[in-house]
Amino acid sequence: MRHLLSASDLDLASATSILDVAEEMQQVQSRPVKKLPALRGRTVVNIFFEDSTRTRTSFEIAGKWLSADTINVSAKGSSVSKGESLRDTMLTLDAMGVDAFVIRHPSSGAAHQVAGWVQAKVINAGDGQHEHPTQALLDAYSMRHHFRSIGSDGFAGKKIAIVGDLLHSRVVRSNVLLQRTLGGRVVLVAPPTLLPTGVETWGCPVTGDFDAALAEADIVMMLRVQRERMAGGFFPSEREYAEGYGLTEARLAAMKPGAAICHPGPMNRGVEISSAAADAANSLVLDQVAAGVAVRMSVLYHLLGSDEGAKQ
Amino acid sequence: MADPASDTPTSGISPRVVVDGPELARSLARMAHQILEANRGADDLVLLGIPTRGVFLARRLAALIADIEGRPVRIGELDITMYRDDLRANPTRSVGRTAIPGRIDDAVVVLVDDVLFSGRTITAAIDALRDLGRPRAVRLAVLVDRGHRELPIAADHVGRTIQTAADERVQVRLSELDGDDAVTIGRTGGKR
Repeated sequence: MRHLLSASDLDLASATSILDVAEEMQQVQSRPVKKLPALRGRTVVNIFFEDSTRTRTSFEIAGKWLSADTINVSAKGSSVSKGESLRDTMLTLDAMGVDAFVIRHPSSGAAHQVAGWVQAKVINAGDGQHEHPTQALLDAYSMRHHFRSIGSDGFAGKKIAIVGDLLHSRVVRSNVLLQRTLGGRVVLVAPPTLLPTGVETWGCPVTGDFDAALAEADIVMMLRVQRERMAGGFFPSEREYAEGYGLTEARLAAMKPGAAICHPGPMNRGVEISSAAADAANSLVLDQVAAGVAVRMSVLYHLLGSDEGAKQ
Repeated sequence: MADPASDTPTSGISPRVVVDGPELARSLARMAHQILEANRGADDLVLLGIPTRGVFLARRLAALIADIEGRPVRIGELDITMYRDDLRANPTRSVGRTAIPGRIDDAVVVLVDDVLFSGRTITAAIDALRDLGRPRAVRLAVLVDRGHRELPIAADHVGRTIQTAADERVQVRLSELDGDDAVTIGRTGGKR
């Protein structure tokens, strides 16, 4: 694998391999020495042009537990704040002999562009409203765990309702692409104002009727209402949004038996998800966070574990 | 560790059987007794099989030991993929299962593998163990010692010592995976 820029970069074999290796990586968390030597001597730079706690931290931990040297660069306090262009910043770091960049950037397509400039491998940790492939992988990892815990295996035929702010979400696109490969059937649920343009070409059903989708869903994935990206006017009030598209206590009770809740975090409790749903027994939210490190370890291992991949 | 990719014979000459099923069973029975004798019983004993075939051999040894001692012995799996010294030189390897039965601090760990060749797998296994705890002692049990060591590693318990040329391929066949029990030598070159 040269880069991980989009969830569509993964075929079924490589996606399954990443999830399988992540299972083994998760065990490292319970070991006395949380360290594997696989990436000793590799250097991974996490460069984040946008705020992030869980993604940046989990990538940093993932690299460290694999014995890579990880360095964090944030846009604040770097030469970016002095006006250096993205291209110059990346080429400067690349010239220092970095093996991989983990990049988050507010512009869609940024990771893709960087991959064309640098020698190092590039992992997209979120580019604007476009993609966030490792989030989709850890969602899939948590879902697969859940499916296995209720005695069913595989994604084939499973209904995954992705609900809420699809317009500003990079998580949704990566999930749609990854589930296209894994075999889950994604249903998109959102008010008309929060649908991205071109959603009809994504190949999944789109509805405004949350309750109908909820009754059928094996997984209900709630997306954060991204207030920071909204100039306003997408919906009348948060309360009204919660009534139409929030996972309220009443909707929690109406979920199919064996169905589970996902949320990529951070959650707006009381807006897209009620506290009762966030803390419910069938909520996978904390499992998702725990899976984040293991899945990112697996991604780093797949990209950097072998020199042969680098030559491709 | 046997490389799954190299398990299919590539030459037209079929490999020669050097140890058949009954002989293999007798070797394992003797090894089980030797392990118990060296350890003066099954106290604190943990058998860790190295995937793939070491895991099945460890299970068989554990069953034999349980028969002799009348009580079960702790058993686990130790994958060494991440500790290999040739990780970078090869395409991305899938990672096997590591399952350690409880704590191994102060236990006597017996590493179990099918073929001892260069000694690199065992060196990696010792590195892996170091990250999992501090056993009182680590011993090595292998079904076949075929020589040609590249590192200062020796086995404590050996089923069969076989003289080989470096380019011969020694393969352990186990009924759990291969349908029958045997040790074969092939002239296919390569490692194992």
